[in-house]
Amino acid sequence: MSYFSDIYNGIKTLLTGMSVTGKYFLTSRKGAITQQYPDNRDTLKMFERFRGEVVMPHDENNEHQCTGCQKCELACPNGSIEIIWDRGIDEATGKKKKFIDKHVYHLGLCTMCGLCIEACPTDAIVWAQNYENSTYDRTQLTKVLNRPGSKVKAGVED
Amino acid sequence: METTAVKSNFKSEEYFINMGPQHPATHGVLRLLLTIDGEIIKKVEPDLGYIHRSIEKMCERDSYQQIVHLTDRMDYLSSHINNEAVCLTVENALQLEIPDRVQVIRTILSELTRIASHCLWWGVMGMDVGALTTYFYGFRDREMINDIFEETCGARLTMNYNIPGGLMFDIHPNFVKRTKEFITHFKTKLPEYDTLLTGNIIFQKRTKGVGILSKEDAISFGASGPVGRASGYSCDVRKHHPYSAYDRVTFNEALKTEGDTFARYQVRIQEMWESMAIIEQLIDNIPEGEHKVATNAVIKLPKGEFYQKVETARGELGVYIISTGTKNPYRVKFRSPGFSNLSLLNHIAVGGKIGDLVASMATLDLVIPDIDR
Ligand code: SF4
Ligand code: SF4
Repeated sequence: MSYFSDIYNGIKTLLTGMSVTGKYFLTSRKGAITQQYPDNRDTLKMFERFRGEVVMPHDENNEHQCTGCQKCELACPNGSIEIIWDRGIDEATGKKKKFIDKHVYHLGLCTMCGLCIEACPTDAIVWAQNYENSTYDRTQLTKVLNRPGSKVKAGVED
Repeated sequence: METTAVKSNFKSEEYFINMGPQHPATHGVLRLLLTIDGEIIKKVEPDLGYIHRSIEKMCERDSYQQIVHLTDRMDYLSSHINNEAVCLTVENALQLEIPDRVQVIRTILSELTRIASHCLWWGVMGMDVGALTTYFYGFRDREMINDIFEETCGARLTMNYNIPGGLMFDIHPNFVKRTKEFITHFKTKLPEYDTLLTGNIIFQKRTKGVGILSKEDAISFGASGPVGRASGYSCDVRKHHPYSAYDRVTFNEALKTEGDTFARYQVRIQEMWESMAIIEQLIDNIPEGEHKVATNAVIKLPKGEFYQKVETARGELGVYIISTGTKNPYRVKFRSPGFSNLSLLNHIAVGGKIGDLVASMATLDLVIPDIDR
């Protein structure tokens, strides 16, 4: 007897479960939750805080805010940032001053922890919301953040 | 006459098989050495270390701010709670007064993490016992939580949102709205979980009475979290040693006494309801104030030993720091819930079938990076 009641219960609970899936099957047009990536690249927007990669914004005069203080380099847990700096003469005061030569960023090492951006006293580096970082060659993941010929904005001190 | 002779000569023999390191039911790179006799399991030996990254050793090299982001990579499904554990240890050592706002936000995020982790577990649990549909339902609801995290913390999994002294930045203006939306949404969806899977007779036959762990054994193996609580061992750190804002909310500790796979399943479903209750109590009155207190750029802990435990989605996570007064810890030890919970797998699986082992393992909810570290 329990053999038949088992079969009956099995089918009954199966149908109970299928009532849920059936409901979604019939209303799937309205409530689709999947995205048509990569067809929706143009409209896909990441959240403004999304950590894609570290970038250094430059203004229209090709000036950034990095003073070469190396605080980001120190804060980074895994050596993703290397600051190559030089000493020069500050035009305004005529004194010797540290200048950034290259801000080297290894995206391939970066764990997206955000400590460098927290540590930067002049907000020279920020997060970009770029999410397609794969390349064919990992050397392409080593980037120089300050653009060629750029210089630090006047008046930016750490 | 002849047939009986054949029967008495018939001998079964024990043999080994490997389960993993990439078997889908091991949820990662865990290798189990099974000694089986036919289909009956005689012994289960976990073989660890495939993704050991020496996080504890790396901590000795890093500053206290840098340690936090390494713990994201232990139990990646409870990463916020892991971060919180390290931050609490450092804050206690420095005797910092943490603003109420930070404590409440941390608690809400921890509970969201717990729900997200249990959603994923529920989906995968169904899949392990042969119900593929649950996977999509679990992930659908988890995705909403991931969106909340992404908007506020900037990442979906490895958030690193906690820093010693508070939070890295304040919550996003949409945070409260989104969290409320999620709670309303999930309240209608969680009953679906029961309709889909809990009541299913096939699922119940696979799980009831399988992998029984008694309360005594749970305690002696150091089980914690839902695994311990399903055996009647009241071990919720949030209840017994409240941290952050857990002392100002009321919730029930999900307890069961059966100790079988189905009880562990029910405890986790119950915990999702409790987590929602905790969030609802806090979300409407997040106190105003600072999102962090200032610490020195170089944090030096006083000389001594510091310990703090928290309740992750898997159980009790302990952080033990020995400091000699310098900017790096002398030694960091993590007491991870997954390691203790894995140690009892042999105990509950012996005598059962391989299929039962898969079901028991699913409710231990193992995250291998948490075990290997
Ligand atoms: S985000 Fe973290 S890992 Fe990446 S460069 Fe900044 S500090 Fe280094
Ligand atoms: S990016 Fe910021 S922290 Fe790094 S060297 Fe430049 S100014 Fe200093």
